[in-house]
Amino acid sequence: MTTKTMTMAKALNEGLRRSLEKNPKVLIMGEDVGKLGGVFRITDGLQKDFGQDRVIDAPLAESAIVGTAVGLAIRGYRTVCEMQFDGFVYPAFDQIVSQVAKLRKRSDGAYTMSLVIRLPFQGGIGAIEHHSESPEALFAHTGGLKVVSCSTPNDAYWMIQQAVESDDPIIFCEPKSRYWEKGEVDLENPPTGLFDAVLRREGTDVTVLAYGSTAKTVLRAADTAMTEGISMEVIDLRGLSPVDIEPLVSSVQKTGRFVVVQEAPHTASIGASIVSELTHRCFYSLRAPGLVVGGYHIPYPPTRIEEDYRPTVDRVLDAVDQVMGFDQ
Amino acid sequence: MIDEELVQLLTPEGLRVEHPDYTSSLSGDQIFSMYRDMAIIRRLCNESTSLQRQGQLALWAPIQGQEAAQIGAGRALAPMDFTFPTYREHGIAWCRGVPPENMLRLFRAVSNGGWDPYKYRHSVPAIVLGNQVLNAVGYAMGIQRDGAEEAAMTFFGDGASSQGDVLEAFVWAASFNAPVVFFCQNNQWGISTPMSTQSKVPLYRRARGFGFPGIRVDGNDLLAVYEVSKAALENARAGGGPTLIEAFTYRMGAHTTSDDPTRYRVDAEVEVWKHRDPVERVKALLVHEYKTTQGEFDAVDAEADELALQLRADVLAMGRPDPITMFDNVFAEPNREIDEGRQDMVELGISGGAH
Repeated sequence: MTTKTMTMAKALNEGLRRSLEKNPKVLIMGEDVGKLGGVFRITDGLQKDFGQDRVIDAPLAESAIVGTAVGLAIRGYRTVCEMQFDGFVYPAFDQIVSQVAKLRKRSDGAYTMSLVIRLPFQGGIGAIEHHSESPEALFAHTGGLKVVSCSTPNDAYWMIQQAVESDDPIIFCEPKSRYWEKGEVDLENPPTGLFDAVLRREGTDVTVLAYGSTAKTVLRAADTAMTEGISMEVIDLRGLSPVDIEPLVSSVQKTGRFVVVQEAPHTASIGASIVSELTHRCFYSLRAPGLVVGGYHIPYPPTRIEEDYRPTVDRVLDAVDQVMGFDQ
Repeated sequence: MIDEELVQLLTPEGLRVEHPDYTSSLSGDQIFSMYRDMAIIRRLCNESTSLQRQGQLALWAPIQGQEAAQIGAGRALAPMDFTFPTYREHGIAWCRGVPPENMLRLFRAVSNGGWDPYKYRHSVPAIVLGNQVLNAVGYAMGIQRDGAEEAAMTFFGDGASSQGDVLEAFVWAASFNAPVVFFCQNNQWGISTPMSTQSKVPLYRRARGFGFPGIRVDGNDLLAVYEVSKAALENARAGGGPTLIEAFTYRMGAHTTSDDPTRYRVDAEVEVWKHRDPVERVKALLVHEYKTTQGEFDAVDAEADELALQLRADVLAMGRPDPITMFDNVFAEPNREIDEGRQDMVELGISGGAH
């Protein structure tokens, strides 16, 4: 078994490298992805090894990056589009919703929208405006798109390859605050399917769901909760659309309680949608309503005060306490 | 309107004129064949308007007046070229071999597409203006990577030329020297917005600003449209990069059957353009130069009428699809939510589920 410790950024880089090696039709396109290797160095070294025709430094227009990737997909190529930051995906929103999401259906299955749109998302890096967004719900809500988020280097390494291999369009959300954190990557065995939810910590009192940056926050909270006698079961969603509902149902049927932890605001979010689904499926097992811990329903604040916006261990524990308090 | 840079080879009266850069290469038989294309597509378009007025189509977008622009460009395409249309390229679809009934599936509201794009090398309709222009450039970038001698051709109107996607497409096409021909049918109106609002400069001149050739052609002149398109496509296939063709034409009808042009334009303007009719001028050429007989024109009309009757029958036979089909082809891979939706529909008795 070959494992290597590496950062999430390096894991993504290696995963992209594997994808480029495995299939000559795989391309990368984005602003500054070639010579610079990406502003986060995710594509570092790839243009040097695979050439400018496969790792494409795009002119500055997100709609065109995605729009041309659509045309490349029609021609049989698999483009991994990089949006430099979450807050800059919006110019491409029209192409994503009007074409990427709909062309397979519109063509009665003739077209395969085999493209990946990578978004460095969520906050926690002390950036200026528009660099800390959580737009995943906008895409999850759109029929015809799939959305995932990795939370560990191992998942980053494997999920990016699986996303590239998928014949469906994937919005690939990468928690940029975790880019430089290290983890073990198994270079030989994929952990599981692209959309599978994964149990990160077994527990009995409450199921806590998270994705992207909050997966780690929730695990830290679980350690503290244990010292207070509360056993949290932590599940990393990974698939945001579709959500891998079955393991969540099994878990909530066991614990009777659940909390979703996300950076995005509660209103019309992934968490809110999951509360609806789990309430329906697990109603008779529930000892409390499901809660969502999320950002506030405001434009993301200036990052000097972002730590009071993003869910902290304290806020997670507070929600857990609330949920535990319903039938005690 | 007339500008010394307009390429014209056939006057509105049907007389040949010369141009320093383009010579008509078409034989009499080819011209007659294209006349037939134009007459047929005009007849089918008129039938479609009638069908809409009779409640058989939800909507129709006519191409009346733009037949030469579309047949001229359509017949310049090589079999392996790929076209990216809007929702109004019925003449291009005809040239690519798309059956007329398939062209109407969108307007009958039974499909958002209507045909297999790979079979005809003609993409499905694009309604969001300008999106397909970017898609075409991407396709052309794929052609480059395949090392193929093929071109992509994409169509849009004067209105769409203001959209960011179109301008971004120009940037990409120039930066990557993509084998794509941009064919803009400037029919003078974007619903009620006149060309003067859409652009301060003639559209073909924009290309120069982006770094590639732009040509204005008399969009009602079949001969000129054909030659200009042919040259641009050959140039693209040979690695010469993109061209913008502005086919200067006129939307004789309404934007769609939901529009009422009497609210924003004057009849006198329409009258002026009636004298520039694309079908009549080719007819005049055929009579003067090739001595085409009334009998031969009548035969074309009879064929067009028959095709129109067939189209009518085909449309009337286009029934409501089984609702269960709404779940098909959303994704390549199986999906729980879609399966649940299907299941739901079967349980509600909306569909037998057999599909």
